[in-house]
This record gives sequence, structure tokens and C-alpha cells, in this order.
Amino acid sequence: MTRTDGITAALSHLGRLDELAGANTPIARVDPRAKLVTTAAFLVTVASYGRLEVSALLPLAAFPLALFALGDVPLRPILSRMALVAPFAVLVGAFEPFLDRQPLGTFGPVVVTAGWASFASIFLRFALSVSAALLLVATTGLDAVAAALAWFRVPRVLIVQLLFLYRYLFVLSEEVARSLRAHALRSPDHPSPRLRIAGSMLGQVLLRTLERAQRIHVAMLCRGFDGEVRLRRPLRARLSDFAFIACWCAYFGLCRAANLPRLLGIAVHGAG
Amino acid sequence: MSHHLVRLEDVHFSYPDGTPALRGVSFELHHGESVGLVGANGAGKSTLLLHLAGVLFPSSGRIRVGDWPVTSETLGNVRRSLGLVFQDPDDQLFMPTVADDVAFGPLNLGLPLEEVATRLSGALERVGAAGLGPRPAYRLSGGEKRAAAIASVLAMSPDVLVMDEPSSGLDPAARRRLIGLLRSFEHTKIVATHDLDLVMDVCARTVVLREGGVAADGPTASIFGDSALLEACHLEKPLRLQGCPRCGE
Amino acid sequence: MHMSDALVSPAVAASMWAATTVASVASARALGRRPDDRRVPLMGVLGAFVFAAQMVNFSIPGTGSSGHLVGGLLLAILLGPSAALLVMASVLAVQALFFGDGGVLALGCNIFNLGVLSSFVAYPFVFAPVAGTQPTRGRLALATVLASVVALQIGSLGVVIETALSQRTSISLGTFLLLMQPIHLAIGVIEGLITAALILFIRDARPELALGNLNATVSRPSLRRLAVGTLLAAAVVAGVLSWFASSAPDGLEWSLARASVGTRAGTQSGAPQGPSLRSPEPTTVLPAETQPGPESQERLLHAVGRKWPKIDASESLSGLAGVAMTLALGGLLAAGLRLVRRSSRPTPPP
Repeated sequence: MTRTDGITAALSHLGRLDELAGANTPIARVDPRAKLVTTAAFLVTVASYGRLEVSALLPLAAFPLALFALGDVPLRPILSRMALVAPFAVLVGAFEPFLDRQPLGTFGPVVVTAGWASFASIFLRFALSVSAALLLVATTGLDAVAAALAWFRVPRVLIVQLLFLYRYLFVLSEEVARSLRAHALRSPDHPSPRLRIAGSMLGQVLLRTLERAQRIHVAMLCRGFDGEVRLRRPLRARLSDFAFIACWCAYFGLCRAANLPRLLGIAVHGAG
Repeated sequence: MSHHLVRLEDVHFSYPDGTPALRGVSFELHHGESVGLVGANGAGKSTLLLHLAGVLFPSSGRIRVGDWPVTSETLGNVRRSLGLVFQDPDDQLFMPTVADDVAFGPLNLGLPLEEVATRLSGALERVGAAGLGPRPAYRLSGGEKRAAAIASVLAMSPDVLVMDEPSSGLDPAARRRLIGLLRSFEHTKIVATHDLDLVMDVCARTVVLREGGVAADGPTASIFGDSALLEACHLEKPLRLQGCPRCGE
Repeated sequence: MHMSDALVSPAVAASMWAATTVASVASARALGRRPDDRRVPLMGVLGAFVFAAQMVNFSIPGTGSSGHLVGGLLLAILLGPSAALLVMASVLAVQALFFGDGGVLALGCNIFNLGVLSSFVAYPFVFAPVAGTQPTRGRLALATVLASVVALQIGSLGVVIETALSQRTSISLGTFLLLMQPIHLAIGVIEGLITAALILFIRDARPELALGNLNATVSRPSLRRLAVGTLLAAAVVAGVLSWFASSAPDGLEWSLARASVGTRAGTQSGAPQGPSLRSPEPTTVLPAETQPGPESQERLLHAVGRKWPKIDASESLSGLAGVAMTLALGGLLAAGLRLVRRSSRPTPPP
């Protein structure tokens, strides 16, 4: 019965990721705005490489690896999460070796085509960008990310929406999981609900959701809600935060400008 | 001169579809009193509580909380004086962390940030949940959620504390802690509940609702001793008063 | 249907972010003009609902395969387009940040494909005209299915165009279209049926909560302006930015140039302990002793000599063409459906 397991697994993953951000590590102490800006720069850098670049991308892995190490982030949940979302990128990338047979060169006895290079590049870029996104939250937490976004003048209604959505994800997902479980227990031959039944199940959950929204609204009113949700997180940037941004961006620029592994190879073996 | 803190005068209310919910409810609450509000499902307990907080308005009759009549203009002041704790803590804890939830009320009151911080830690201490601040709501146990919900209301420093089914879903230990907590509060309290044993522990006075009207209003002990009354209102004696091992009643 | 960062170029990502930002800020402003404090909890829990519902896979009778809800249209019907866009944006953001479902850089694309297009094209131009005011069950279901199909078709078209413009894969535009569009046609029908079932259910059970009554009602003329404005913004930015696309020689041409130059060329894409260590002569950019032939020299110069920005008319044209296609498709559908519509235009609520 994969669906309910999937939901419960997803929930626990979500919870664990947020929990990680609470730890007091050197990375957690960096201002969330700095982490946001640096991650954005990282993602843009990764995306800017050409289709066939592979080795040039590798030094960029230093960023996520540093976050892992300095943030005491456990490898397993992040890796398993990446594995779960890999299929789409892999699927698209898997076409490359068949579509592009232009040979690039030899790797020992094997001829490497542009198609394989492209596949490797896609996969590498996927791994770098997904790990950076997951690590951002693992080392920062949604709260702090929201505060950073507010500082960047993201409309408040969107930030409040993010916070509420996150808050009620768990409640809703559990309700849906319960519905699915109840269905599966009474439908041994078809654990996955059929269309009509799914519509009815979701309808019940949706109705309860709307009623819950009304109750929450009442609770908010009773605590003086006037339409504006006030956030209370003061952000203080320190010199180390600017240094964080500057150093990493310089490194990204360096990686982009020069193919570091190639230079390393040349340095080791001398110019030909 | 006794100071009425909460006063209902002949309150009538019907739902939009015409079903009458409250038929002429009247009672007064004095400063420092603890009142249990009991009755069968559908007797009107929750509806009455919503009237006290100004969420619903009576079709006739008047309600007064402290110095304020409950009208749409005075809601801000009413809600400063009267705090309502809901049945489902998930409806009440809607911010990312417990600290955010407890700070929500004071922030809405427009208090400066240092004052908010003081209220925040004070309220959490009061309910014995000092460490819960940074925790997100979904990771709490039933008892912890309940405590956090109460703290979120306490942070507004209300004069009157109104609670809807506070002990539902709590394990015995958490329930016992809740009872201890409620007994320690000096606020004026109204507790709507099915948990008659809790009422016996916490409330000196009990109001029994039946089909939207007040069936009885008096000292807890005498009301719970009156089997005929309880039965007429679709209630029973509190568990501890049932099946006395000695006299077998 | 979520785009991944691995397949998007910075130029495409930036233009889509620009379009999405325009639409989102405009939506936030529209909501701010008609404040309604019920909205905050409602948007929150509906977002959570859509998120959770996306995890429900239901089996499609007769096909043996499964599908799931996307939710953009459902949100638009229940909340109105402005709020729906913001809710969809929040759902996709959480998916990207917490689950790696869809890239963060590509988030602009995903919000555009799944949020902007369903809220500002499918909803006002397909659902609203077909449903009219006080629709019957049948009419409501038809409107929902049609709008859902359109939303998913142009959404997946968006993915195809963005992928093609990014030039990170070799899949040809035609092949990709053939892969994506038919599948999303089927998904669109399923999504439409489920959404219709949900809307009808809500309308029967709690009519005061159903369509229209929860909308941050924006009258149609300004919706059209917003839709056109967003698409224009995307067109302009896509066209302009493609001019500024990286002028560093495309990896393929660079490697081709070198492959024809070096005698014992290793691959450009070897691993660090690959050919550069194993082969006797590590590859270099221009081995001094080898004389490049005339054609390859020319190719090399061509590759190296590109200036920045690259004013390449064909590339900007393809960028503009892509967005123009989207606009045209939406416009054609709207025009066609307006011909089909029989009842009078719904009057904007006060």
C-alpha cells in the first residue's frame, strides 16, 4: 500500500528537515539572507554551464558538501530525498546518449559521445541544485527563510501563506492518509481508490478543511486578529555573513571562469 | 459590592436555518468564580461560549463582559478581557512555532516587542511549558498542545478564561496536570465540558444546560447529587460518585 | 510536469521569474485592495489540501495507470485567480525547497506553468465564460473539464518551450511536444473530472462556500489586462534575455573545435582522474606543436570570437515565437469558446 506509506514517509521527512535547522551549528548561525543569496548565486552558476560541461561542474560540489559538514546534516535523508525526485531528470537525460552520438573523444578504450556527456552533465546539475535547495532549508528552517524573504520585500500575504501552508500540511496530510488507510482496509483488491471514490474521499476532506478554516478564523479573531499577521523575527547581519557571501560567490565565479579539474590535471602532469 | 464580570440576560439565539440554540439563558459570574458548564451534546454549550467571545450575536437579550456590552463595536475590548480556549488545539495553534502562537495575541494588541517577549515567557511558564517555545505545533503531544493553546490565550492577560472541553483527548497524566493547572489559576473561569469529574475538582459552581435553556445553576456538589436532574438533562453522575462500594448506589 | 534546474538555462529561468513576479505582485496588490480576514486561514488550509491531495494517486479505470490532482484550477474556482496564484506558488515553493520536486531556479517556470496559466488564462477565458452564473451541474462539470484540459495543455506547452529554449537537452521540439501534449491531455481530463466532482460536492453540501462566494472578486476586464500584461512581460524578457544568453562557446562547438585540433584529445568531460592522468599527453587548449587545419581554425575563431551580448536574431525570434505561440493558443481557445457560449456575460459582482 504505497500511497499511505508515501504520505507518512513524506511527512516524517518534512518534519525531520525542519528539526535539523534548529541545531546550533556554524551554518545555522549564518544570517538567512546570506544563505538565500549564496544559494541563489550557486543555482544560477550551476545552470549557466553549457550542455556538455561535466568536469568543470565538479568543484562546485564543494558548496553543498560544506553545508553538509558544517551543518551537521545527516546524509541519508537528503540522499534518499534526492533519489526519489531523480527519475524525471534522469528520464530526460537518458535520451541524450541516443539522440546525440557525436563522438567527443576516448576514455581509455571507450568512445565517449556528446550524448553521454550531456547525460552526465544533466545528472550532475540535478544533484547539485537539488542538494543545495534541500540544504538551504535543512540549515535555515522555514521560519528564518520567511524572515529573509520578508526583508527582500516579498509580499507579506505570500509569506504568511507559506507559513500557514507549512503549518497545516501535517494536519491535512494525516487526514488524507487516514482516509486512504480506511479505504484500503475495506478494499483489499483495490487499495488505490478509483476515480469516483477518490473524488468523494477528497470531497469529504475538502469539506472538513473548509470548516477547519472557519474555526481557525474564529480562533484568530478571538486573539485580536485584524487582518494583518505580524512577524517577530529581527534579523541582524554581521561581518561574517558578508564574508560568507563574498567568499562563496568568488569561488563560484572562479569555478565558472576556469575548468579547475583540468587545470589541476595540467598542474600535476605539466603542460603538454 | 460584588463586581459582575460576566452577565447574560435572557439570551436567545437561533441558527440561520431556524433551529433554536439558546432560549432565554441568564446568569451572572462574579470575580474569581469558577463555573462548570455542562449539558448533553447539542444543549448549547459551545454556542454559548461563542456568544461570550462575540463570535455570535444573540437575536435578543444582552451579554456583558467586564465593563463592556458585547456588540460588534466593542469586540476589541471584549476579547482583551475574555480569552477563549477551543476544543481542538490544532485550530488554535496556527503559527509555525509555539512561541509564534503565544506571541500572536500580544502582537495583535500592539504591545512593544520587549513586552511581547515578557508575556511570551510568562505565559509558557505559567502552563509549565517553558521549553516548548521553539517547537513546532505538529510535534507536540496532546497534553503539550493543550498547554500551548492555553498559554496562547493567557498571554493576552484576560480577566476571564473560557474553555471548551479542555480535557478531551488527554491521557490521564496530562489530564491530572491540566486539573492542577486550572486550580492554580486565579482567573474567573468558565469550563464547558463532559468531564464531570474535572468540574468537581475545579469548579465550585455548575450551570446545567438543557435544550438551550438553563436547567440548573448552583453549587457543584448539590447539582451532581441530584440524580433526577442529571437524568432529565441526559447526564450522569460523575464517575467518582457512581457505584459507591459501600452503599452500592 | 515540474521543471528541474538541470534542464533550465539562467536566461529562461530569469524571464519566467520576471513574469511570475509581475503576476504575483499584482495578485498580492489585488488581494490587498479587498481585504478579507477570512482569507488567511482559508488560503493556508486549501494550500495544504492541494499539497496533500497531490499525493493521492488514483487508478484510472480501464487504463491501468494512475494520475493525481494538480489543483490550480480548483484553487482558482474556490478562491479566485489572485489568491489561487499565491496559494499555488506557496505549494510549489514548499515542494521545491523541502522535497526537491522541481528546481528552485526553475520555480519561476513552474509557478508560471501551473499557477499563472491556470489562474489567468484557463479560469477567466475558459471556465468563467462556459460556466456563466448559476450553472447547472452539467454545465459546471463541462466548464471544469474544458478549463482543466486547456490549463494542462498550455502548462505542458510551457514546459516544452522552456526546455527547448534552454537548450540543455538534445530532444527536438517536435519529439518533446509529441511526448508531452497527449499525456497531459489525458491528465487534463482526469484532473477536470476530479475537480468537477469536488466542486459539485462542495456546492451541494455547503453552497455558501462554493464558487464565486469566496472570490476576491476581480472583474473581468482587469483580469484580461493582467493576463495580457503577464504574457507580454514574459515575451519581452524572453526575447531580450536570449540576446544576452551566454556567449561562451557552446560546449559542443568548443569540443568539436578541439577535437579537430588536438591529435590525442581526451574528452572534455572526463572525470578528474580520467584521461588527463592516464593518457600520456594531457589535453591542452592549443598544443603548440600541432598545426590546426584551416576549417577547424576557422571554427575555433568563430567559437572564440563571439562578442557579448550576442545579438543573434534567430535566437531572440525563437524566444519571442515561443511566447507568441502560447498567447495565440490561449487567445484562439478563448475566442472559440466565446462562440460556443450561450448565456450572457456574468456581471461583475459589486
